[in-house]
Amino acid sequence: MPRRPGLPPPAAVLALLLVGAPAGAEPIAPADRRSGFDQMGPEIQAMQRDETANPGMLAVADGAELWATPPAPGRQPCAGCHGEAAVGMRGVAARYPAWDARTGRPIDLQDRVNACRRTHQGADPLAYESPDLLALTAFVAAQSRGMPIAPPDDPRLGAARAEGRALFEARQGQLGLSCAICHDDHWGRRLGAAVIPQGQPTGYPLYRLEWQGMGSLQRRLRNCLTGMRAEPFAYGAPDYVALELYLATRAAPLPLETPAVRP
Amino acid sequence: MARTLINLPKTARAGDVITIKTLISHPMETGFRPGADGRILPRNIVTEFVCRFEGEEIFRAELFPASAANPYLTFTWVATASGRFTFTWRGDDGFDQTESAPIAVA
Ligand code: HEC
Ligand code: HEC
Repeated sequence: MPRRPGLPPPAAVLALLLVGAPAGAEPIAPADRRSGFDQMGPEIQAMQRDETANPGMLAVADGAELWATPPAPGRQPCAGCHGEAAVGMRGVAARYPAWDARTGRPIDLQDRVNACRRTHQGADPLAYESPDLLALTAFVAAQSRGMPIAPPDDPRLGAARAEGRALFEARQGQLGLSCAICHDDHWGRRLGAAVIPQGQPTGYPLYRLEWQGMGSLQRRLRNCLTGMRAEPFAYGAPDYVALELYLATRAAPLPLETPAVRP
Repeated sequence: MARTLINLPKTARAGDVITIKTLISHPMETGFRPGADGRILPRNIVTEFVCRFEGEEIFRAELFPASAANPYLTFTWVATASGRFTFTWRGDDGFDQTESAPIAVA
């Protein structure tokens, strides 16, 4: 029913909104949050756990080498400013995406790596999904393995986080699905051969058997968007970072698993 | 050079059965898949893996196009003496890589 401008909303609607808000605040309560790891078969779990069998460790080893190598002669390597990654990068991935004061917007970990290349190393940014960007990001994220996801309590992130949540809950694409329909309402059920996970971003970048390779969280989100027959955003789009921000809030305090393995 | 991960104990007692695990970064392109331009990507796989201890072959595997990317091979060995393992992967396009690792047997 159209409301005439200037009139206050009907009291009943207002009451519903007030009652609705707290219930919608946490579709999956922190104690009920589960990593996709828990729903995998024992073979794939064993593959992730065993550092010598986990193919993601190959990327982490590549990242360790890139960390110590100057991007061009005369330029500082990452290690030149940040030192030992096990010390300087411990816990960093657990609080990304974070606010970037330089550009005045939230950025995720891979964009943070590229920001350092551009600003502090005078080098070109690495392409999204390129082996080097995945390797450096996986290497940095692996330093936080086992630490609980802890999104920063930074009011500047609020708007993007709310936008991410709206994207997560909005129906989109030709099938009229939302992320929430699968990942909040039907996790644990089957979709064809796959068990629907809660959609927790705990392991990225990770090795996916279906990809036969490493991929970022944005690549995973592209896959889900394509599955919904929605138009995926371009890599690096603010929409992805907004979704990643909401996903981090929705996942805390699950521990980070990078490099995870997924079917 | 492809990235490899080789895992075995640094030390063992004579008679122990030890597990050796190897992982190598390799696309294992089957030769049956079309690329982005619709043309079939040329086959590019590791075809052979050999592990030697002090020059003597202790394990060999042949690989075929259905193997997953980044082949992971694990096998066991009965510890006899201290020495050095070599691990050799060969494949299409002249792919040929050898890594080595020592073990001390008491
Ligand atoms: C010349 C020094 C310098 C180099 C080289 C450098 N960084 Fe940085 N990095 C910084 C500074 C300074 C910051 C703090 C944010 C800022 O001012 O940009 C930072 C921040 C970061 C952060 C975020 C840390 C946090 O606590 O939020 C990460 C991750 C990072 N760098 C990764 C890298 C990687 C990976 C490389 C190599 C590709 C690299 N950095 C190279 C100076 C450097
Ligand atoms: C039709 C149901 C469905 C919808 C809608 C859907 N997903 Fe998924 N999603 C899945 C399934 C199934 C998987 C697991 C894929 C597999 O294991 O093969 C998955 C995996 C994921 C993962 C990876 C979890 C992990 O453990 O690594 C994330 C994150 C995710 N989805 C987020 C989203 C987001 C964000 C949206 C909305 C843009 C979305 N999904 C929409 C079914 C869905």
